[in-house]
Amino acid sequence: MVIDVRDLRMRYGSVDVLHGVDFTAEQGEVVALLGPNGAGKTTTIEILEGFRLPSAGHVRVLGVEPAKGDEVWRAKLGVVLQSWRDHARWRVRELLDHLGRYYEPYGTPGRARPFPTDELISTVGLEEHAAKKVGKLSGGQRRRLDVAIGIVGKPELLFLDEPTAGFDPHARRDFHDLVHRLADLEGMTILLTTHDLAEAEKLADRILVLAGGRIIADGSPDQLGRQVAGKAEVRWTQDGRRHVHATDDATGFVRELFAQHDRGISELEVRRNTLEDTYLALVQRHESGQATEEEVAVL
Amino acid sequence: MNARTHAAKLGLRRGWMEFRHTLGSSDQFFNVLMGIAFLIVLWFQRDLTVPGTTVSLAALTLPSMLGMAVAFNGIVGPAGQLSMNREDGTLLRAKAVPNGMVGYLLGRVTQTSLDLLVTLLVVFVPGYLVVGGLSGVGVPEVLYLLVVLVVGMAATLPWGAVIGSLAKSPQGAMGFTMLPIMGVIAISGIFYPITAIPGWLQVVAQGFPVYWLGLGTRSALLPDAAAAAELTGSWRTLEMFGVLGVWAVLGFLVAPTILRRMARRESGSDMEQRRQAALQRGVG
Repeated sequence: MVIDVRDLRMRYGSVDVLHGVDFTAEQGEVVALLGPNGAGKTTTIEILEGFRLPSAGHVRVLGVEPAKGDEVWRAKLGVVLQSWRDHARWRVRELLDHLGRYYEPYGTPGRARPFPTDELISTVGLEEHAAKKVGKLSGGQRRRLDVAIGIVGKPELLFLDEPTAGFDPHARRDFHDLVHRLADLEGMTILLTTHDLAEAEKLADRILVLAGGRIIADGSPDQLGRQVAGKAEVRWTQDGRRHVHATDDATGFVRELFAQHDRGISELEVRRNTLEDTYLALVQRHESGQATEEEVAVL
Repeated sequence: MNARTHAAKLGLRRGWMEFRHTLGSSDQFFNVLMGIAFLIVLWFQRDLTVPGTTVSLAALTLPSMLGMAVAFNGIVGPAGQLSMNREDGTLLRAKAVPNGMVGYLLGRVTQTSLDLLVTLLVVFVPGYLVVGGLSGVGVPEVLYLLVVLVVGMAATLPWGAVIGSLAKSPQGAMGFTMLPIMGVIAISGIFYPITAIPGWLQVVAQGFPVYWLGLGTRSALLPDAAAAAELTGSWRTLEMFGVLGVWAVLGFLVAPTILRRMARRESGSDMEQRRQAALQRGVG
């Protein structure tokens, strides 16, 4: 198991940000941590990176408690944070080469470290900007450099905190390809945070929904989708009055409806809930504090 | 190869690269302005003699300026850079890389030392021409000067790092260092012999490294007769190394703990908060 988190709690002063987070990640898995702003995504990831001490709970990353991780452990991790503005005066190639060299002593016969600099530059599509100063890069280029620095040490586990913020659709597509390649070819385990559901669906083997300081859903996009597929909303007008009914079996309900009223039904609409609707509903329920422990959906 | 030694080598290289980056940048404006300002001071002092000696005031001020530059670069430089690097994420980046902190800190020390070298040259070379030479300065004197400079760096650099670790923002770090240091310089006998200020201020000044650094550089470059203008009429070599040594030892005792604490606390969300604060100040 690459990540093992049990009953993770975090409290800032008197405010509880995480109340008992549980999840695991296996080698080679791409896991998306999804949730609204302020749900505790960044806090969770920072605890796993060893940048923040948890208030309580059992946390193991590559078999080590992050707070006690040494440099050998550190060398197996890749970190991409939300905002970097560092090394503005360095040139792209120069910086990537410099940071890569710190990983040289940590190479193993099965895993040469770091990635060759030029190969990495073309992997993230920065060939034309290799000689540019980092401070002169555009937002998207800068982000691609951040990702390149995150993977330069050929990590076994990569953390990506909102990696595609500020990407145009094309850059986003390239980035998705890159994530797939890293997971498939290098066997990298990847934990990424996002609040873009479509992105999570496209990238992740498994989606974790974090809201109100808890994991409220944990499953593959397929499982999430199947659970949602049943739910639908039927709307119709009968004798000038508008009706709405939520049902798990829209087809059966409509058949029944027509069996009972052979005329007078008009403006019939059957609307399937999208993944997004369920996600939003889930999050809203948990944020407004209506959810009880039993309701927590393990998909 | 040992990973730590490897990172240390990368740190030296890093310092050299960062130094090269500053060479062509606007950072050098400050050096040029300072060089010109000091030159003007020396120009006006060139015909004055220090009371009780035959040495010109300019000849006294020039070595003092070198000592002052060490204290200034040693404290203001690291304080500003460290607080800046906390805000822009350089430190966090160093933390995310194996032994990156070793590389970062050694890089900073290297860069600060090279920066100081440039400042010393900018102050010394034109000043030397105005003063018209320093008599009796040979290889032993220059070596002795180097020793004083290195001890001076050791006495000030850790404190710059401490201030940079504690300050909430680069502006805060500047506020903590610039004005107090200017004040200390004013009473430390850099631009005029310390004997000219009231006794109680002399006592205050002798508590700080700036006075002793100036005394040390003067003792290295001036003829022994010039000691007559000093307090007690001597170079007080033992006391000079003693006080600078105490500052150095205390600094090296305190700084690692504070640096470690700062580094441990550094996280992405803190950085983001500082970034937001910087944006609100309108400098992001």
